[in-house]
Amino acid sequence: MTALPANPEAAATLRSPLSRAKVGMACLIFMESAIFSAFLVTYLYYIGKSPDGPQPLECLELGLVLVNSACLISSSFTVVISVRALARGAMGAFRFWLALTILLGIEFLVGTGYEWWGLIEDKGLTLQSNAFGTNFYSLVGLHAFHVIVGMLMLVVILVLSIFGFIRPDRDHQRVDVATWYWHFVDVVWILVFTLVYIVGRVPQGAPAS
Amino acid sequence: MQWAISVDHKKLALMYIGAGLCFFLVAGLEAAFMRLQLARAENDVIDPETFNQLFTMHGTTMVFLVGMPILLGFGNYLIPLMVGARDMAFPRLNAFGFWLFIFGGLLLYFSYLGADGLYGAGTAPDVGWFAYAPLTSRTFSRGNSTDYWILGIMVSGFGSMTTAINFIATILCMRCPGMTLMRMPMIGWMMLVVAFLVLVAIPILTGAQIMLLLDRTLGAHFFDPETQGSAILWQHLFWFFGHPEVYILILPAFGFVSEIMPTFSRKVLFGYPLMVAATVGIGFISLGVWAHHMFVVGLGPVLDSFFGATTFLISVPTGIKIFNWLGTMWGGRLHFTTPMLFVTGFVAMFVIGGLTGIMLATVPLTWQLSDSYFVVGHFHYVLFGGTVFGIFGAIFYWFPKATGRLLDERLGKWTFWLLFIGFTLTFMPMHVSGALGMPRRIYTYEADRGWEIWNLISSIGVPVQMAGVAIFLWNAIRALRRGPVAGDDPWDAWTLEWGTTSPPPEWNFDRIPTCTSARPLWDRKNPEDPDAYYE
Ligand code: HEM
Ligand SMILES: [Cu+2]
Repeated sequence: MTALPANPEAAATLRSPLSRAKVGMACLIFMESAIFSAFLVTYLYYIGKSPDGPQPLECLELGLVLVNSACLISSSFTVVISVRALARGAMGAFRFWLALTILLGIEFLVGTGYEWWGLIEDKGLTLQSNAFGTNFYSLVGLHAFHVIVGMLMLVVILVLSIFGFIRPDRDHQRVDVATWYWHFVDVVWILVFTLVYIVGRVPQGAPAS
Repeated sequence: MQWAISVDHKKLALMYIGAGLCFFLVAGLEAAFMRLQLARAENDVIDPETFNQLFTMHGTTMVFLVGMPILLGFGNYLIPLMVGARDMAFPRLNAFGFWLFIFGGLLLYFSYLGADGLYGAGTAPDVGWFAYAPLTSRTFSRGNSTDYWILGIMVSGFGSMTTAINFIATILCMRCPGMTLMRMPMIGWMMLVVAFLVLVAIPILTGAQIMLLLDRTLGAHFFDPETQGSAILWQHLFWFFGHPEVYILILPAFGFVSEIMPTFSRKVLFGYPLMVAATVGIGFISLGVWAHHMFVVGLGPVLDSFFGATTFLISVPTGIKIFNWLGTMWGGRLHFTTPMLFVTGFVAMFVIGGLTGIMLATVPLTWQLSDSYFVVGHFHYVLFGGTVFGIFGAIFYWFPKATGRLLDERLGKWTFWLLFIGFTLTFMPMHVSGALGMPRRIYTYEADRGWEIWNLISSIGVPVQMAGVAIFLWNAIRALRRGPVAGDDPWDAWTLEWGTTSPPPEWNFDRIPTCTSARPLWDRKNPEDPDAYYE
């Protein structure tokens, strides 16, 4: 690992208006979307094709999940406010809104865990019970996993800023790019929610043709 | 150690290519054992279980551990040099991707030792490279061999995805001053489209593999028809990945041809803009043809015709490229050096493979030919005659740049002709045995079917190819030890990598180059008649 020789011209490579970080993050999000589309399409494929065992209509209730969704979606706004604060150099506000974002994310995860607990204990729906259970836990679980990853990024940023490693002038664009991932996780949730809790709750059990 | 901790794109690239060549030898050996078994009817050198493992490991290795890493390795080596940058956009991510690939490959091969845990060795995956359900379910695939297949490919797949991100960011953000996208060397466009395809296709395979892993380990019901799962769904997901994958394997080789052919024809690449359009077109259309691998499933006339039609459609941009290469050679001063021989061979072999592909896209014909040796013939013409010939051409072309030494031309020509003849002997007769009804993936066959002579010829071709590879290895070792010094620009070429020393310094260029046309070195060598004048 040898460092590049100091060269005033090194900056000249960066002729393009596009920044590497932005392009890299956009590619990452693109790739993650492809993984999600495999699971979303599979979910769609199996809607109505799971005649035995617990059914979506009797298992899934909207109450808790709407609260969870509201938290996750509002966290997209809080994170924007936080980045704006960073751009202004208001570190206190930046940390406050970032911490709030993380808390909202934690609520989402805890809420999802509580919902799963109820499904497993009361409704008897597990990964193994039928195609619906398989798809439900895989898709929602994959999303929850991404929430965790996105949250870890935010936590790292928060910790770095508490220890004074984040400087508004230098870092606010980087932090901004990192929060793209959080917005992505949100948008995917809207798709997952629509598919699982709205489209997928059609009555099932019609004999598969 | 210098190499193990390196984040230099050139070192990583050479390690990619070196590791890929090692896997190439292993997978070639696996193929040689299969041809030994099939050389005569009712042979019993290799038992059926081992034969299944051999073709699975051969196919999986060649696609994921030979083709991908070598081609991505060339991308890694060439992109920064050819666009005039000092390194990739994310050098550490680059190293991470490389080590993921190595780890994935080792994980896959570890299955030979311990896929049954402590119960016994010799249990490599045996479900075929496309691992159809329900053969992969717990019921039919016991032990852990299929899990090794899943995890090994998944891990190396993550490596490919990080590399693709790097390619895109480098190409879009790091081109030197003056290098617009339309002045970028053709290989840059090819790698850009390949990176895009990697980001679309590999995640789908990863997703499907996660599902399969859930099926196998946690009792989920994605693909097992006994428990409401769908085996067809696996095929859709796999081939949605699988067909773009074959283009991931061929587009970089198209790039090699598009760089090497102009140099040795002493002309510019014919029809550059059309070539760009064709490449982008292939990238998009290749996402919509996957079910041509599923014509015998019984998808129904509508889907069959749709996917037949899109497959025909994709041969149009592919044909455009062929004509552009012919146009490049037309009227040029041709120098048939070894790299030029390989890329010329590439064009010829690829045309044959493309034509058999079009035959296979004809639904009623495929009902007869699918899963026969004819298909094996088809894809080896495109993958061996195409991708592997392209890789050899690229090795002979860029070896002097990477090492500072020239490979021996006489030995190089021996390699080419032995490979070419051996390849034709092995794969041409497969079209005949396939048309005569010989199914693929059988470990033996009866004597009275008229297949013996064709199989014998196929097997005879193997030692010929091995000789070619052996001569190549010797040539490379000899050149590294005491090859003639290459100089910066042994081929009198026009792209930026030849404007720096051989091998290039770690920072590639002392001064970041600038360019005013698609052939910056031409402009530098002929200031009285620069290309910029005609652009
Ligand atoms: C004009 C272009 C091409 C056409 C029309 C075409 C068409 C086809 C069709 C219809 C099949 C399915 C045959 C069957 O299973 O019944 C097939 C199989 C295959 N093709 Fe192509 N192909 C083309 C180019 C390529 C290229 C460029 C590659 C790779 C570099 C490739 C690699 C393969 C492989 C690996 C298989 C077999 C997969 C398997 O069953 O294991 N093809 N092709
Ligand atoms: Cu295909």
